[in-house]
This record gives sequence, C-alpha cells and structure tokens, in this order.
Amino acid sequence: MARPELVENAAGRLVPAEVNGAEQVPFRGVGGHRPSGRKAAPLIRTCLDYPEDGDKRVGSLREALEQVGLADGMVVSTHHHLRNGDAVANMVFEAAAEMGRRDLMWFPSASFPVHEPQIAHMESGVIHHIEGSMNGPLGDYCTAGRMRGLGVLRSHGGRWQAIQDGEVHIDVAVIAAPTADPFGNANALDGPAACGLLGFALADSIYAERVVVVTDNLVPFPCLPWQIQGNNVDVVVEVPSIGDPAKIVSGTTRITQSPDRLRIAELAARFCDAAGIVRDGFSFQAGAGGTTLAFAIFLRDIMRERGVAAAFARGGSTKYMVEMLREGLIGYILDGQTFDLDGVASMREDPRHVDTSPFTSYNFHGKGNFASMVDVAVLGATEVDVDFNANVVTHSDGRLLHGIGGWQNCLAARTTMLLVPSFRDRIPVIVDEVTTLCGPGELIDVVVTERGIAVNPRRQDLLDAVAGSGLPIRDIHDLKAELDRLCGAPQRIQRSRDPVAVVKWVDGTVLDTVWRIG
Amino acid sequence: MTTTITRATAGPSGEKIRSDLVVRYEPGTEPLAVTVSSKVDYLYGEAIEAAVRRVAAALGVATGTLSVEDFGALEWVILARVEACLRRAGFAGEPVLPEPSPGRVPPRERHRLRRSRLYVPGSQPKLMLSAGLYGADGIILDLEDSVAPAEKDAARLLVRNALVAMDFGDSERMVRVNQGEAGLADLEVVAPHEVHTVLLPKVERPEEVAEVAARLRELCGEEAPFLMPILESPLGIRNAYEIAAADPLVVALTLGLEDLSAELGAPRTPEAWESFLARQTTVYAARAAGVAPIASVFSDVRDEAGLESYVRRERALGFDGIGCIHPRQIPVVHRAMAPTEAELEKALRIVAAAEEAEARGLGVVALGSKMVDPPVVHQARRTVELARAAGMLPAEGGTEED
Repeated sequence: MARPELVENAAGRLVPAEVNGAEQVPFRGVGGHRPSGRKAAPLIRTCLDYPEDGDKRVGSLREALEQVGLADGMVVSTHHHLRNGDAVANMVFEAAAEMGRRDLMWFPSASFPVHEPQIAHMESGVIHHIEGSMNGPLGDYCTAGRMRGLGVLRSHGGRWQAIQDGEVHIDVAVIAAPTADPFGNANALDGPAACGLLGFALADSIYAERVVVVTDNLVPFPCLPWQIQGNNVDVVVEVPSIGDPAKIVSGTTRITQSPDRLRIAELAARFCDAAGIVRDGFSFQAGAGGTTLAFAIFLRDIMRERGVAAAFARGGSTKYMVEMLREGLIGYILDGQTFDLDGVASMREDPRHVDTSPFTSYNFHGKGNFASMVDVAVLGATEVDVDFNANVVTHSDGRLLHGIGGWQNCLAARTTMLLVPSFRDRIPVIVDEVTTLCGPGELIDVVVTERGIAVNPRRQDLLDAVAGSGLPIRDIHDLKAELDRLCGAPQRIQRSRDPVAVVKWVDGTVLDTVWRIG
Repeated sequence: MTTTITRATAGPSGEKIRSDLVVRYEPGTEPLAVTVSSKVDYLYGEAIEAAVRRVAAALGVATGTLSVEDFGALEWVILARVEACLRRAGFAGEPVLPEPSPGRVPPRERHRLRRSRLYVPGSQPKLMLSAGLYGADGIILDLEDSVAPAEKDAARLLVRNALVAMDFGDSERMVRVNQGEAGLADLEVVAPHEVHTVLLPKVERPEEVAEVAARLRELCGEEAPFLMPILESPLGIRNAYEIAAADPLVVALTLGLEDLSAELGAPRTPEAWESFLARQTTVYAARAAGVAPIASVFSDVRDEAGLESYVRRERALGFDGIGCIHPRQIPVVHRAMAPTEAELEKALRIVAAAEEAEARGLGVVALGSKMVDPPVVHQARRTVELARAAGMLPAEGGTEED
C-alpha cells in the first residue's frame, strides 16, 4: 500500500490527506467545518416493481442478496443492536463468499468479537476493508496493518452524517430485525432476539440503495410499531435465528462491586449535586458501563433526597433507569439502546420510554440534536491528557480497543464528565499526550478518578460552584504527578508512520490517525 | 556460613492476576539472566528489569536466572516479590526499599476516632492501592488470617513496602501480626515503618501483650506503635481487663466473634445472644483500663441495612468502632456511629454548660437545676466529636462560608 500524504490538522495531529481514494478534510477545530450542497439519496424507486400484496419474502439470504444485485466492490452495512449475539453480519459475508463476491466494504454501525470470521473474508478478498468500530481480533488485525484499506472510525452521529452527506454510499443494507412482517416493517420489541430498538439501522433503511430485512420472528402485516418502515425495504428473509439472546441483552444488569469504580461513580454524582446540576427538570445521559451505571444509582439517591426529578434521561437503558422512570424520578427515557430485558419490556409498554436514533440524538446535519440539550453526560475514556483531550478508541500501546460509539456526540452536553480510574495495570490514564485524539479538550469539563476530580480550567463556573463542597478537587497536573510517582515514568513508544485507520470528528473531518503496530 | 541456593518462586497463582507478578529463580553458574514478560512491557519493560536487578544486586545474586511474569504491578510490589523469591531461594542481605511516599504520615495518637478500621489482606497488593482513599479511621494491613501460612514471609515484605510507598491519608496505619514467634518476626520487618498500631490476634493472657510491648520498645524506642489486643477465646474474655491494662501501649481492645463462637460451641446468630457477655465484658474491661472498646466485623458485605443495625446495636453497648472488610462498609459505619440529633443537642448543652462553668471558675457543672458529673461531660464531648466527624457540625475552628 502506498504511503498516503500526511497533513497536520487544527489539533496538531498528522492525518492522511486521502482515505480509501477519497480526499479528506483535516479537522478544522470544533465548529470549524460546514459542508454545503445537497444531501445524498438513493435512486428513485417505483412501487410497480414491488409485489402488490406486500409480500417481499424470498427463501434465503443468498437469494435476497442476488435479488438486490450484490456486486463486487459494493458497500454492505449491518448493525450492532444484537451486540455480541449477532449472527446476521457473519451470515451476510458467508453468503457473499458463496456467491463469489469480492472487495466489499463492510460498513457496520459497530463490530463485536463475534465478528472475528470477517478476518478470513478479508484474507480471502471477499471484504476489502471495514469502516466502523473494530476491537478484539478485528482491532488487532487492523492495527497490524493487514487490512487492504484504511479503517474509518466514526461516532454514531458521524455515521449518520457520512451517510447523509454522501461520504459513504451504502449499496446494500442488511437489517437484523427481532420482529418483522412480510412487507418489511420491523421492530426490536418482541421475538427471541428482542433488543429494544433499531435506531442504528434507521439511516441505512432510508439512504441505502437496497435494504434487506432478516428476521426470526415473522408476524402478519402490520408489524407495529414500525421502527423500520417497510416502504424502504426491498426484500424480507426469514431465518431460524438472527442471534444468541443470551449475548444480546442481559437478563439482569448488575452494578459493579469494585470499590474504586463505586467511589468514582459516587464522586461524580456528588459533583453534579454540588455543582447545582441536579435540580428539578434537569437531564442526564448515563450508559450501562460499570461506572456510569453506578453513577445513575448514586444520582438517584441524591434526587430522592433532594426531591427533584429529571425532565428526561438519555441512555443506554437498564432496569435501574426503568425503575427511576416508574418512580417519577425521570420524566422520559430517550433511549438509544437497551441493555437488559427490563429495558426492552419498558420500551414496549411505557409510552414515556421512547426509542431514538442517531438522527434525533447526535446527527451533525440535523436541525439541532438532543445531545447538546443534555445537562450532564458521563463517559469513559482510555486516556486523558493534561489539556483534557481524551482517547476512547486505542489502548496506550496504540492498539484499537473500542469504537467511538456515541462518545464524541455526547461531548456536546452542557457538562461532560469522564469517569476513569487513575491508572489501569500500572498504566496512567492521565498522560501528557493521548495516543489517539478522539475528543478535543475544550469539550471535556470534568475528569473524575478515584484519587480526585479535575475540572477543566475553562469551566471556572464549575470550579466556583463546587468550592467548599468538601469534594477532592485537584489540578489535573497534580493528579498526573501523583500517578507518575505511583506508576513510574513510562518508556517512550516507537510508532510507525503507516496509517491503518483514521478517527473522524462528528462533522466528517479527520481528527487523528491510528498507526500500524508491529 | 554456607547456605544452599535452591530454585524458588514467589507471587500469586491462578488466573486473572492483576497488579501483581510471579517471580521464579533458577540457580545456575552463568552470570545472572533476567527475563521479563509483562502486559505493560512496552511502557515499563526496562523499569521492571532494572528493579529486578537492583534487588538481585542487594541480595548478592550473581548467577542463575530470574524470570518475571508481570501483570501490571507497581514497583514496590515488584521489589517485594523479587525479594521474597530470592530469600526463599536462600539469599540474604539488606532489602531494596521503594521510594517513600511524599505524603505526610500523620502522627500516632493515643486517643483518636476509631469508628471504622478497614482490613486489607497483606498478600493482595491490588487491594492496597486505593485503601487510603476511603476515609477509614484506620487501615489494617493484615498478616494473619487473610494470609495463607506459606505466604506469610512474602506478605510481610509486601506490607513493609506498602507502608513505605503508599499514602494512607489520614487513616491510622495498623498492622495485624501473627501469633507468637511469627508475630515477633512480623514486627521486626514492619514495625520500623511508621506503624501507628499493631493488632495482636487471639490474646489470652496479659503476658503476651507485655512481651510484644517489650519487643516493640526494643525495635522502635519510645515511639513504639500502640497495641490493640484481639480477644477471640473464652479465656481471653475471662482475662479481658488484665489484657487491656497489661501495658501503657495498649490503646484499644477488640474481639473476634468467629473464633470465639467456634470455641464456645455456640454458632453466631443474628441476635448474637451467644456473644452478649463477651461483648459486654470487652466494653467493661476496655473502659476500666481507659482504652477504646472496638467491636468485631460484620461479614455480609452486601447487607447494608444489616450492617447499619449491627453498628447501632454495638454502639449502644458502648463500642467506639467496628471492623470493616469492604470499603463500602465505611460510610455506613460512620453514619451509624454518628449520634442522633437529640443526643447531639443534649451533648451540646452539656458541653456549653461545662465551658461556662470553667469560664466562671466553678467546680461543678449544672444544667438547669441538675448537676452534671465529669464522666457525663466527658461523654458529651465525645458525642460532639463524633457528630463533627460525621459532618453534623461545622469543622472545628471553621466558619468557611460566612
């Protein structure tokens, strides 16, 4: 692979000027990029070409892919609602391999370890490259420079942006649907693989040239509610199983028992209280990760004590959020993904528990989005530097570890807090310079560790609000000095100058580069 | 003196090892070879090898092979594990101590808050890393029950290095040593490193306390650590007062209910009537000797409500504190040890009356028409102190906001 030209962007990071043949806009600073022109759209279709009786079923996934004309070099998308239980993405590329297709670009909304078989398809040439989160074996494969094209990591909102402004044109979208009818209406509220909602597939259903719905729970028309509209769907396929329910949502969500994580979560909740964020009608975003879930529990206790309720919460819903909704501590749950069976049941039964998509929540090309309306978002990170820039995609050794998910989009919240341990396995989390820049420090307000809370000096208002609260507020440089003493100064790492992937900012510009290792 | 040098290992076994390491020494005639495999070698491989070689040099190891399998251990852990391995192999010499923590070690205090004391197993460095962050009144680095017999030597070195390298904040720095000879050997290693208080397990006779106290004075002079004997047998309970009064270094007296109920043949019940006499005896003996009575641990970490009622019950018997086996218990204990609003209000009135009497040079404190005896005044002052520690009153000398 010829080494692409590298340019320095506004964050001072070296990024490729061209990615997979397309010219790129280097990051121009937060709010520095406004693309123009018309949104992308699929070709015009006509109902004359679809069955009048509305039955779009074919016998197999291979037949479906043949019917929609899957050809070499096409872009094929799948979605991660079924998380590590997903069986559909693997079925798609097995079928493509049987058909003899080559050089496909896989455009998942996220990948999971269950998708390891795609490595064999990349080796054999069925898949050319992946644009989407990569971790585990796929992350290692990409980081080792073995993929033919560059990986492109986008946030959930950035994926919608890329589809909408034509940066990525999906030829075939394959949507795993826990429930669907023969017309292609689909939802994720029922069926053995019920996972709550299908928001990550919504853009694909609207903008892809062809849309295939795969289900293991076919119901008669009309499938209600239609989270995916059958009017956008070309073909419907019934299969015995779209995934392993045990790996899709958990039966019960357990709170972390780690004393350090609980301490971080509790400090974060107390910070929100001291800073005046926890007041009647506020809003928050909390995930189902160990620490952020615990944060919601501590927040709940404070809300009860203060007698205040949140107008809405964005989530990652779990049984704990559902309990808060029922107790009246949250007015509405605007849910991006559902993590346990209580969450799925609540979304099915409670009209105040609403399914959302990256369009409503995160999209850069929307006329506003929910992320910036949230009072406080709590997130994780692998590294934070002393200017509050943060990394969420790579390990300190530069290997791909996580996708961006909604992380970058959530930075738009009024107050963004990173809940991180101060070090992991001797590796300090607070560093001089992050390995990979994913979030500009100007958007990150507070870093909460078990050893203290660092507030971005740009947020003097927060510093003033929590003064005298008794919370362990510390200068981020002090925290870093303590970690350097505890852990010892790390060696310098030699990195290659061969890009293997790029990290996009929410507006589609290139924020940073992931370099080949080994 | 010739010592045979043998093959040796040190470190935890099993899966999911974190913040720790396994060290192996293989004797040989070639110059010392050091091999390091570590999940953090790209950042700390050189530092790990350097630390290993420093310990080897200090113990005069010139030949053989030292191999280290590291799982993200901090340097003080590496130094301790390598030292343990080499001592097991038969080497001897001065240890390499870690870089001391820059934090101020608070002075030892005879009378201080001892509401909560957090037990941390001396063989698990991972659990020591954050122990100082939870605001426990005391942290007990444990060399006794939580350490397997074969690991006592290594735990001693880990605890010593932790005392040097880690910052335990304002917590009282405590070590629970082993019984008898092993305990005296523990003291040699750990006592010189600013231990505030030593817990003595299974004490049955005052002579045992006196022996340890004498050894501590030899090791540390007049700044010797204080002592907290633990009564864990019927005989210990029988001798409670003599034990509490055995030496001026004793500052507190506690009891261990697991072993005691086993010896009694009376399994523990939620109501705890089987240990009622033992608990009351401990309080009486401690108060008679002028030391603090401290209650046993509550072992169900998940049962917060049970812990809270346990603490309230023990507090009502006269105990000043409780043992904790998980950091999450600490805030619950502190909350339950706090006085009620009514108790605080009464205590404040008594203290105010005492201060007024003192200011007016009166020998007798009166509240309304009632005389208040000195022990009542003393107890009222303690109640106010507890309330302040629980955040029910502004910090002493502090009017921060106004």
